[in-house]
Amino acid sequence: MTIIVAGDKKEYAEGTTLAALIEKENIDSPQYVTVSLNDDFVESGAFADTVLKDGDNIEFLYFMGGGA
Amino acid sequence: MRIHLNYDDFNKIVDHAKSALPEEACGLIAGRAEADEFYIEQVYPLTNIDHSSEHFSIDPREQLAAVKDMRAKGIAPLGNFHSHPETPARPSDEDIRLAQDPKALYLILSLALEEPCLRAFRIEGGKVRGIAIELEF
Repeated sequence: MTIIVAGDKKEYAEGTTLAALIEKENIDSPQYVTVSLNDDFVESGAFADTVLKDGDNIEFLYFMGGGA
Repeated sequence: MRIHLNYDDFNKIVDHAKSALPEEACGLIAGRAEADEFYIEQVYPLTNIDHSSEHFSIDPREQLAAVKDMRAKGIAPLGNFHSHPETPARPSDEDIRLAQDPKALYLILSLALEEPCLRAFRIEGGKVRGIAIELEF
């Protein structure tokens, strides 16, 4: 299947989960990553159960915050 | 290592910070990097979803939209900015603790004095390194 990862089209096997994608994409600091799937944010606890489909669009973001 | 920022974008950061008072303001910066020179070409004023004078968190939906806009424009994410309404332009303990990207530029604008003060940093492993900002017309 073809999915779009951070703007790039990529081929992945059917049945690939979000958790597997994060591992295969070698995402830095995966514990801090926020994932959007087709513009909806996915809770980190659901990464392992979220099976990707052909045409899915995935973006990885990192929390940005601080204090004063 | 040096950051190039034009006055229009500097004023955009200042205006965003002043309009957010008494809360902290925040946003993203994007542009291009050439060796150790960073050219800011786009400033994205975004919403501080903490709505606090002491904390900020960038709205993730606006962050996502900004990242897509950067990609469409062919510019690279360079880092973020936030304001300190009443404290100096240096990373707080919380800023240092929450800085997760050693490659990011962290710009802090202080409004504590009459004249706004903008400074830039990189933060890696709890260590803070200041970076010069060159304001350009």
